[in-house]
Amino acid sequence: MAKKGTAGNQGPGVRSDCYAALEIKRSGGLQIQLDSKVAALFKNSIQDLALQILKFYGIEHAVLEIVDRGALPFVLAARIEAAVKDCLDVKGEFLLEIIPENMYQTARDRTRRSRLYLPGNTPKLMLNAGIHEPDGVILDLEDSVAPSKKEEARLVVRNALRAVNFYGAERMVRINQLPGGLEDLEYVVPHYLNLVLLPKCETADQVLQVDERITRILADARLDYPVYIMPIIESALGVINAYDIASATDRVAALAIGLEDYTADLGAPRTREGRESFFARGQLVNAAKAAGVQAIDSVFSDVGDMEALRKVVLESKSLGFDGMGCIHPRQIKVIHEAFAPQPSEIEKAKKIVLAFDQATEQGLGVVSLGSKMIDPPVVKRALKTIELALEAGLLAEDWKEAEGQD
Amino acid sequence: MATKYLKNAVGRMIPEEINGKPVIPFQGVDKYITEGRRYAPPLASCAKYPSDGDKRVQDLKTALKKAGIKDGMTISTHHHFRNGDLVANQIFKAASEMGLKDLVWFPSASFPCHEPIIEYLKDGTIHHIEGSMNGPLGRFASLGGMNGTGVLRSHGGRYQAVQDGEVVIDIAVIAAPTADPFGNANGLTGESACGLLGFALADSQYAHKVIVVTDNLVSFPCVPWQIQGNYVDYVVEVDHVGIPEKIVSGTTRITRSPDRLYIAELTARFCDEVGIIRDGFSFQAGAGGTSLAIGNYFGEIMRQKGIKARFARGGSNQYLVDMLEEGLVEYILDGQTFDLAGVRSMRENPNHVNTSPFTSYNYHGKGNFAGLVDVVILGATEVDVNFNANVVTHSDGYLLHGIGGWQNCLFSKTVILPIPLFRDRIPIIRDEVTTICGPGELIDVIVTERGIAINPRRKDLIEKTRHSKLPITTIEALKEEAESICGVPEPVEVGERVIAAIKWVDGTVIDVVRQVIE
Repeated sequence: MAKKGTAGNQGPGVRSDCYAALEIKRSGGLQIQLDSKVAALFKNSIQDLALQILKFYGIEHAVLEIVDRGALPFVLAARIEAAVKDCLDVKGEFLLEIIPENMYQTARDRTRRSRLYLPGNTPKLMLNAGIHEPDGVILDLEDSVAPSKKEEARLVVRNALRAVNFYGAERMVRINQLPGGLEDLEYVVPHYLNLVLLPKCETADQVLQVDERITRILADARLDYPVYIMPIIESALGVINAYDIASATDRVAALAIGLEDYTADLGAPRTREGRESFFARGQLVNAAKAAGVQAIDSVFSDVGDMEALRKVVLESKSLGFDGMGCIHPRQIKVIHEAFAPQPSEIEKAKKIVLAFDQATEQGLGVVSLGSKMIDPPVVKRALKTIELALEAGLLAEDWKEAEGQD
Repeated sequence: MATKYLKNAVGRMIPEEINGKPVIPFQGVDKYITEGRRYAPPLASCAKYPSDGDKRVQDLKTALKKAGIKDGMTISTHHHFRNGDLVANQIFKAASEMGLKDLVWFPSASFPCHEPIIEYLKDGTIHHIEGSMNGPLGRFASLGGMNGTGVLRSHGGRYQAVQDGEVVIDIAVIAAPTADPFGNANGLTGESACGLLGFALADSQYAHKVIVVTDNLVSFPCVPWQIQGNYVDYVVEVDHVGIPEKIVSGTTRITRSPDRLYIAELTARFCDEVGIIRDGFSFQAGAGGTSLAIGNYFGEIMRQKGIKARFARGGSNQYLVDMLEEGLVEYILDGQTFDLAGVRSMRENPNHVNTSPFTSYNYHGKGNFAGLVDVVILGATEVDVNFNANVVTHSDGYLLHGIGGWQNCLFSKTVILPIPLFRDRIPIIRDEVTTICGPGELIDVIVTERGIAINPRRKDLIEKTRHSKLPITTIEALKEEAESICGVPEPVEVGERVIAAIKWVDGTVIDVVRQVIE
């Protein structure tokens, strides 16, 4: 019986993606049937890539149909590999070169105001995500991917981690709920992943399982870079265990809250005012801060209403959150603006930092501003405010010099 | 006999002859100066026209016959009804029924609604088209379907060709939303109101015979008379000249694409940082979704600064009209109206002024409005590393768009092309463009989502952005980034046959389009 495997997307709305159907034959060699929107410019390179992949998996006789709507090479490769794996039990991973721009690490306490969700099986949305300068991008393997597409999405996400330049955004992957999500890690951790989002997290043990698996994968691949974990609390039990979760391992960099599932768990409708989640958000911020990690708020789902988003972000900030999720690139700017320090905060922070500099210069153990003593946590917060103001372009890099001239 | 080719000033090989007429290769911007006199149509005598001023005839076919239509003639139409035009197809249906051959269609532009014309190209009624070929006609011509060679001109180039006699219009058919029996006509009222009829102005003045077709006949006088009845031979009344909802079907919504909005925002920020947006400035942005967004950002900046623009060039639409009515813009000088708000404003607001290619774009004019504009925002299908740009063909060689006013607008003080670095997998910045429509020396800035490249000739703009936080880069770097993402495109195989010539604004040929091999 002939074996057939398919992967990818086709149809009128599909762009920057392709569909691949592979039929293994007993004879006849390798035949590629290509229907491509960009055939005039890329016919040969698409065919070469396809043949290379088929040969990589030792396939000698097959018909491969490709319906291409302008897919980039990393997408074509993922779709063809997925079609192969859909009909043959083969193990190897066909990897394109990783672009050097993607081999960066991030700091555990880096700024995480915005993180943009990108559905893992929709490559089109990934291509330009980085230009909108989110602090992080989330390649999602969980809720935005249909159950039947989970396998091929892993390959798209893996290839995107290697091929798509996100221009310095922290590269995150949201894995599936455990235990299934542990297998996802095998596909993404070895490709300079910066952070794993662990959905529906309810216990510290789940975090430890992810931690151990990451450690093992990195060790096996002889790789050494930090991969952080951001557990997402999405249930009443998770909220109760928030501190244990946040402090389970050093890999935890932040704690996020997912309000859709949480409110469903509570049995309370989710409202714009959000009173039903006030306790959970407060608890989450408190747990995160007690564990020394960041607290990240849920997403705001009305992508057309920027004013409402701005209000929600300002409230988040006032509760102690450090960032929130976005589901549309236009939300990023609003979130960054709202999380940016206010002019009065910046002015105060400048004075404190200058006083701190002066105290350090004079070798004084105590920082004072006028007649007031300044505690170390206040200095720390002022330094953070200055950092955020610099990032938001609200303060010139050389502000201290300008200040000195006054 | 083998065709001889000559290399023009942008390095393209141009045949010596097109459609049996000698060709002058492009010689450089402002290099080709014509001498002699303007072309003039035959003299008319009012004694030969009805003394009661009633020039009506029973139908279009009769009018064409009376106008003396015969094989090989050039018939012109205008495109103010855009994709809702009902007249052009009727002309050639009638001509085909009369058994005429080898006509030349000289529209100011054609649209997908003109797909039926393909039939008349196939049966020999029409020899070739001199005008833009958007969509299906372009595809047909690209595959070598047309007997003759297409000739594409800018709006200004069309006026130039008519005025210097390069194109002699035998019969002009002017579809008019409102007209009187004398032939006075305008575009302001009637169910097919399209705002103005500027593209038909040259046709009315220079054609040997002029037919006005209307579905809204009013008693004399039809005022204002943008088309003067004194030039008109016959008036034909029909049920419908156009489909109203398709007449105003230009892209009239601001883009919602975050990537395009980002490019629009970068463009506006660039204009602001280099000092273009100042009190009393002028601008022209097209009707595409990105251009509309740029106009909107300009508005925001003007409001913040408390300044206004002296004038904006149309095509007008709701957004530009809003700016006029808010007082952000003092005048709209308009070549075409893209929606009903534009039509209404032109009808009611004396500061919303109709213009024609004569005032704005004509090479034989004693100056052009286009050159007075501080900044113009245009599109392109491709740009090369020397800033030469293409607007007519796609990278696969298909001729799918017209030049419009694009070439003419290049004479503005600063020309900015906001374009994505790649579309699907096709890089927009190339070593060489498929077809050169505009020479790089006139194109100043390319704004993409991955960086802004300034033409090295514009040292002033480079200097002004030296310390900018804008993502300023070079065109070569953009090209390399596009190729690193998409791969290096393979060379496209083209046929030997030239299917269309691309004219420069002065009547010389800047490039040719070759047949596509399927």
